Amino acid sequence: MKKKGILKKVLYSQKVAPYVFIAPFIITFVVFFAYSIFSMVMMSFQKVAGPNTVFVGLDNYKVIHNSIFIKSLKNSIFYTIVSCALMIPIPLVMAVMLNSKSMKAKSFFRSLLFIPALTSVVVAGVVFRMMFGELEGSFMNQVIASFGQGPLIWLRTPGTVWMVLFFVCLWRWTGVNMMYYLSGLQQIPSDLYESASIDGASTWQAFWNITVPLLKPTIIYVLTISIFGGMAMFSESYMIFNGNKSPNNIGTTLVGFLYRMAFEQNNLGIGSAVGVIFLSIVLVVNFLQLFANGTFGRKEK
Amino acid sequence: MKKKSRTTSVFLIVFFVIVTAITLLPLALLAVSSLRPGSDLMRYGLNFNIDWATASLNEYRMLFSGANNYFIWYRNSLLITVVQVALALFLSACVGYGFAMYEFRGKNLSFACVLLVMMVPTEVILLPLYRLITRMHLINNMWGIILPYLVVPMLVFFFRQYLSGIPKDFLDAARVDGCTEYGIFFRIMIPLMKPSFAAMGIYQGMSSWNNFLWPMIVTNSITKITLPVGLQSLLSPYGNNYDILIAGSCFAIIPILILFAAFQRYFIEGMTAGGVKG
Repeated sequence: MKKKGILKKVLYSQKVAPYVFIAPFIITFVVFFAYSIFSMVMMSFQKVAGPNTVFVGLDNYKVIHNSIFIKSLKNSIFYTIVSCALMIPIPLVMAVMLNSKSMKAKSFFRSLLFIPALTSVVVAGVVFRMMFGELEGSFMNQVIASFGQGPLIWLRTPGTVWMVLFFVCLWRWTGVNMMYYLSGLQQIPSDLYESASIDGASTWQAFWNITVPLLKPTIIYVLTISIFGGMAMFSESYMIFNGNKSPNNIGTTLVGFLYRMAFEQNNLGIGSAVGVIFLSIVLVVNFLQLFANGTFGRKEK
Repeated sequence: MKKKSRTTSVFLIVFFVIVTAITLLPLALLAVSSLRPGSDLMRYGLNFNIDWATASLNEYRMLFSGANNYFIWYRNSLLITVVQVALALFLSACVGYGFAMYEFRGKNLSFACVLLVMMVPTEVILLPLYRLITRMHLINNMWGIILPYLVVPMLVFFFRQYLSGIPKDFLDAARVDGCTEYGIFFRIMIPLMKPSFAAMGIYQGMSSWNNFLWPMIVTNSITKITLPVGLQSLLSPYGNNYDILIAGSCFAIIPILILFAAFQRYFIEGMTAGGVKG
């Protein structure tokens, strides 16, 4: 009885309470995250075959010379760069247009443009895969036929494959990114624009000299999520090709390669090595981003 | 001057009408096609050519007939979503509260861990996490899908941010009145956090309901998979499942659209919560 009292006292003390509150995070972090990273790094130096595990040093990392690995890494980087180039400026311009004083029914359009974000990657994948089907009657083939172009095999030619993937990306995320920008725009005081227009600045000048600099934090945020989303892209490609397979690996991404090694070929060593490489890329990008953001400098204050 | 702004106004509206029409086109295509027989789609492809005389709700009838696994998947997804939202909200609120309201040793280090989990894409640890879940015998079990994501860093971050606006004197006053540390959390803080629960619940609900990759890896039995994984499995090259695939895809979005129409503000708040500045 007394023991229980002490335990209760300790648990209820102001010193122990914060640890009780954050315990769920610490436990899941250690069990699922830290342990996973640890075992992945260990496995990347091993050849795992059933119960026999052999230390093989850096052998698994020879995967960096594998031509399919190089291709998938290039694909991921290409996808990331182009999707950033699309997903940062386009929603920004649309947000500014939507926020314009002359615009009517703002919230109506805002809501409608947000709808694609509610669909899962699977539903989006099903629709786009079939819209860009190779049948003559597929929607996109009908569209180009009305311009006098012959039917295309969209999902087997590199150029059109990437176009479809960027369409899916634009379709799903424009509304969301636009919303980020809109909430950023609302924080810019409108007198800035008024005084700019009194000084004779054009809409374009106001956009470059007021909107863009003041939206910098939002732009950086959108850039960050676009980079990580881009590098981790897999499900979109999986849906468009109906599996982790694409003719000649035109649509294989870094995660796709990891998936192939780890789950399809059951090569745990190489799968882990690819995971470690991926993790290093993520950490380097984060570090660069924090650096560019000036976070290190600011902390000194 | 006035004339100019009128031209701009017309231009803007025309622009957004066109963009919105293009944006909604794929969903309209899906909706129209769900009224056509699947064999039609297989033969002619997905398009707007529909003969309204033969349009019917047959596909939906087939969906509801129970002759397929669709509603088993639907139920799995619904159950996982509800359980995950409830647990993630509660536990992440606890953790966020701990970080926002207390000073303790190791606080900065543990919060750095939250940020670390937030910035590493889950795809990175797919393989080791799968091995761990296998060893825990949680393959084909909904807890295998839920457990690794019990505490969601994004939610922790958001709740911490939300609570940091509440003055700490509030806590001291409650303590003087004899409230325990946990009493403060349950009786004072949770009611204060209600508005943020709505937005965060929708954020978590959407990501659980639409989650594809992790459930696909953890489950493989036809009766244990979730709705997105099930729909994906219908996408066979032979097109023999198109009936269920198209109507099923529609029926997966309809409830969300209804919820969106009713709780728009919370949807937008929740799904763009990441942009909230610290």
